[in-house]
Amino acid sequence: MDKISFSVALFSYLAASLGYFVYLVYRRPLVSSLSGGAVALGLISHTVSIGLHSAITGHGPYTTSYEIAMFLAWFIVVIYFLTEWKYKIKDLGSFVIPLVFLVMLVSVFLSKDAGLVPESEVRFWLTMHRTLSIIGYAAFSIAFAAGIMYLIQEHQVKSKKLGIMYFRMPSLEVLDDLNFKVITIGFPLFTLGFMTGSIWNTKMDQAFFSWDLAKTMPMVIVWLIYGLVFFGRMTTGLRGKKAAQFAILGFVTVIGTFFLHI
Amino acid sequence: MNSGPNLILVGVNHKTTPVEIREKLAFTQVKIEASLSQLVSSPEIIENIILSTCNRVEIYARVENTDRGIQLLQDFICDYHGISRGNLDQYFYSYCDNQAVEHLFRVSSSLDSMVLGEAQILGQVKDAYSTARSFSSTGMVLNQLFEKAFNVAKKVREETGISERGVSISSAAVELAKKIFEDLENHSVMLVGTGEMAELAAKHLISYGVKTVYVASRTYERAAALAKSLNGCALDFESFKEEMHRADIIITSTAAPTFIVNEEMISTAIQKRKNKPIFLIDIAVPRDIAPEVNELENVYLYDIDDLQNVVNANMEERQKEAESAMEIINQEVTKFNYWFSTLDAIPTIVEMRNRAEDMRAFEVDKTLKNMEHLTSDDKEAINQLTQSLVKKILHKPTINLKKKTQSHDGHIYLKAIRDLFHLDD
Repeated sequence: MDKISFSVALFSYLAASLGYFVYLVYRRPLVSSLSGGAVALGLISHTVSIGLHSAITGHGPYTTSYEIAMFLAWFIVVIYFLTEWKYKIKDLGSFVIPLVFLVMLVSVFLSKDAGLVPESEVRFWLTMHRTLSIIGYAAFSIAFAAGIMYLIQEHQVKSKKLGIMYFRMPSLEVLDDLNFKVITIGFPLFTLGFMTGSIWNTKMDQAFFSWDLAKTMPMVIVWLIYGLVFFGRMTTGLRGKKAAQFAILGFVTVIGTFFLHI
Repeated sequence: MNSGPNLILVGVNHKTTPVEIREKLAFTQVKIEASLSQLVSSPEIIENIILSTCNRVEIYARVENTDRGIQLLQDFICDYHGISRGNLDQYFYSYCDNQAVEHLFRVSSSLDSMVLGEAQILGQVKDAYSTARSFSSTGMVLNQLFEKAFNVAKKVREETGISERGVSISSAAVELAKKIFEDLENHSVMLVGTGEMAELAAKHLISYGVKTVYVASRTYERAAALAKSLNGCALDFESFKEEMHRADIIITSTAAPTFIVNEEMISTAIQKRKNKPIFLIDIAVPRDIAPEVNELENVYLYDIDDLQNVVNANMEERQKEAESAMEIINQEVTKFNYWFSTLDAIPTIVEMRNRAEDMRAFEVDKTLKNMEHLTSDDKEAINQLTQSLVKKILHKPTINLKKKTQSHDGHIYLKAIRDLFHLDD
């Protein structure tokens, strides 16, 4: 049953991705509404799938690599819906939903082995670490989409070649604002996720900062990149094109970190 | 297609007729009101609407006979304005039935306008329609036609980019400003130089919500006068360079022979603004702002040629969008024709149903009179039974008759029904 609802979600996201792409190019309002409906259907079956899967395995959706990827995709859709509701950027779906589909697709090939389930106190910190980090990553993925849209729009205005995307994409100000808002939400959560991860490490009788270079360094880099955007905006006015570029760079690093961790 | 009364349209527009003729044929509001009643009192004309704008004079009508109707309307337009027909024949165009429908859909969707996609024409068509309605010169067909035309225009506007792109320098500038800043309300504009076009662009921006306006000019009095009229504040010409960081949009239009704004100045301004974007519009010739300024991050510089290029590209895009608009219009014309062609069947259907209902009521009355022992509930049940029986029997013939009347031999079916039911007795 959880597999059926997973497939429904996967194909809904695929349909919505194609639909949003068609809408981006051909501007048919019906296609946009249908795609919105497909995402909603996807989210419902996605939620059902996570619920059923957790009921079957008896642990939360943050234990195996498969679950983590699926949970990440779920949070991306939730944040996407909130953003869509607040900003009404119809074409954001064209950039976010394909990403959701890809994360879902990748999750199919990831390990479903739970490994050793640690004792309860340690498990709490591990759960906190993973959930907070996943929400942070989901927020960063929206910033990534906003960043790409910003660069496309910025290029059009700067080069004075105003193509079809110029008219369809929102203003630079809105995209920059969205980028900032989601990083403002994502960065503190990611930081907390980082810290709880370290606490988990100490509970596992390891050093606070386990210097497993391959695993920790990319996290530090991700933290530095988003920290730079977060504090840079407030102090020196790091915004616009640079902020968009950092959001994209950050997310590429996130993807790298994600694969190192799972 | 239609054996009954037909739709026609007679008119002149900016494509067929020079302005010196058009202005003679134009109807003022008072003339329209007088003409509508005069036309509808003619036995040939069942319904009519007069559309008169600076680019077109058109009369839409439903008439008893197409050819006679067209002649009559052309004569009317000439006679009403006291011009002899002979000189004007070459200018008139006339369409009937689906061509007339298509023409109206094109006009209200602004495909027939001088500036493709302009928004004004729809309002003018709506006004013409409501004037005609208030003088009761319209009926079922023109009401349906015009209401449909408004829907089509809305659909074209929403589903194609025909009105999306600005086709004047100042509207292209406003569009750019809105793509950089979204909401113009909390943004400010600075005018450097008081050229007419700069003033126009500023007014356009103000109409989109810009509240703060700064004006600088070499002659302070001119700056002060323009600032007053724009509800802004005047700056001393020497000080504008220090104040540039305050403005989100800067429009330059001075007569200076060399660049008065360079990269360094804008670089300083952008630092003071903590990298908030600046949109520079240089409409001066020779240019006021060094082109390298555009290389700075978060700075967008458009000179007059850039804006003109945008306008030209937008024009071309509107032309392309007009093709997809025509697809929508063609579909809607077909739909309207379907509705229009079923109209012929409607009087016959109504008569057929009335005839059947009369017979039913008569027979039921007769029977129930001899059945006094029935309760009123029983009688009601019999009544309802016979009603639904008649309805059921006539249902298929009604549907088929509507379908058949759209074919070439539709009138044969109508005649057959009328004969079979003795409707013409």
